[in-house]
Amino acid sequence: MFDKYLIDERTVHNTGPADAPDGFSFQAKLGYYRGLGLSMIEELTVSIDGEALPREAVRLDDGNGPLTLDEMETAYDRRWHFGTAATILVTRVGGFPEGQHQIELRQKLRISYLPFPALNSDSKTVTRR
Amino acid sequence: MTSKIKRGVSLYSFQEEMFLGRMSVEDCIAFAASIGARGIEILPEQNMPSFPHVTDREVEHWKEMVARHGCELTCYDMFLDTKLRRDRMMTDEEQIASIRRDLSLCARLGIRNMRVLVFVRPDILERCVPYAEELDVHMGVEVHAPWHMEHAWLLRTVEIADRLGTKHLGLLPDMGIFMKHYPPAWRARFEREGARPDVAQFIVDQHEAKIMAEYTIYEVAVKMRGNPAEVRMAETLRHAPYSNPKRIGDYMPYFRHIQAKFYEMTPDARDPSLAYEEVISELVAGGWEGYLSSEYEGNRWIQDVEDVDSREQVRRQQLMLGRLLGQAGQEARHV
Repeated sequence: MFDKYLIDERTVHNTGPADAPDGFSFQAKLGYYRGLGLSMIEELTVSIDGEALPREAVRLDDGNGPLTLDEMETAYDRRWHFGTAATILVTRVGGFPEGQHQIELRQKLRISYLPFPALNSDSKTVTRR
Repeated sequence: MTSKIKRGVSLYSFQEEMFLGRMSVEDCIAFAASIGARGIEILPEQNMPSFPHVTDREVEHWKEMVARHGCELTCYDMFLDTKLRRDRMMTDEEQIASIRRDLSLCARLGIRNMRVLVFVRPDILERCVPYAEELDVHMGVEVHAPWHMEHAWLLRTVEIADRLGTKHLGLLPDMGIFMKHYPPAWRARFEREGARPDVAQFIVDQHEAKIMAEYTIYEVAVKMRGNPAEVRMAETLRHAPYSNPKRIGDYMPYFRHIQAKFYEMTPDARDPSLAYEEVISELVAGGWEGYLSSEYEGNRWIQDVEDVDSREQVRRQQLMLGRLLGQAGQEARHV
């Protein structure tokens, strides 16, 4: 749901020292028609050119500080609000690779009334010089 | 006899524009008022960023905003996160506490109808009845496809309401259960995803003939060696029931609000899929009173190829509802 709107590709930028970036971040939305508690977001998988980065490299910041996916599992009092961009932080030596690349985000959500997980995915082209 | 059925809109209808930041909640309410749909259904978990910690001041702000546009709040759509935790399901006590939390916010907002998700267990709702009675909020279990009016799961709720003699537990029909024809928007989406036109036509024909879903799924998946888009399209038939409109009258005492679900409206304001004409004439004949609350759910079927215009879709459906209510009212006068 809302798949093609998940990644805001204009916001991809490196984190850490400019000459030695330790990762990158971007703004993303939750592909759902309502907000959801962070404990029900089972996976946020970030891939570059089809290659998934490790789960532990990904963190989400809903505006109240970044959490790893493991930490989100018990973040019962925090929500990713409907239609609201959150920051996804990815640890990766060198940051986002230079040149033109495909970034993909997959979301796996535990929706109580569905018998199966809800899956969303978006893929955008990013060019970084 | 003039029908006392009123026209309203669920904010669910504008999810595309709100998600993209193109409409605020107040824009949606102002638009609804401008087309004469003065009953507003809300989804607090979508429309209230501070949920579940909504302050009294925010509640007052909502009431003032709705009143400013000459509208009223009609229904509160609750959710229940039974799978909040990864390690276990919510206990019964936790589920009841969550529902009570929603009943309380619903009452604070001055809303007397709460839409309960269909998967919520009837025995859990039974234990919430005393609080709903105290707050004077009707808990209406959403009759949502693939369930239908006479599905045994929903008859459990009816049975409990009868046994308790309560006016605060019942049903809340979603018009998606009256799918007379397969929605063209669904078909078009599957064709864009790779379904071949002849296979898509076969699936539409099977639905038109009301052939039970599993026959068609087997035909498409196995005998026709359907591709993934074709199999997915065939599988939608499991969720596309045509509940008998003639039976809705039997359940009128149990519902006070209707979600007027739709997937698309034609430019001449007709619904190509759902049997509004048949259902509305039953509602009018039975003297039902309540809101028909527009619930547009077409955005997800077209957003891959076109800009969604939820306002135009809702406007067309409201035209149709007005027309059908007027017609049905006139027919009733001649009886």
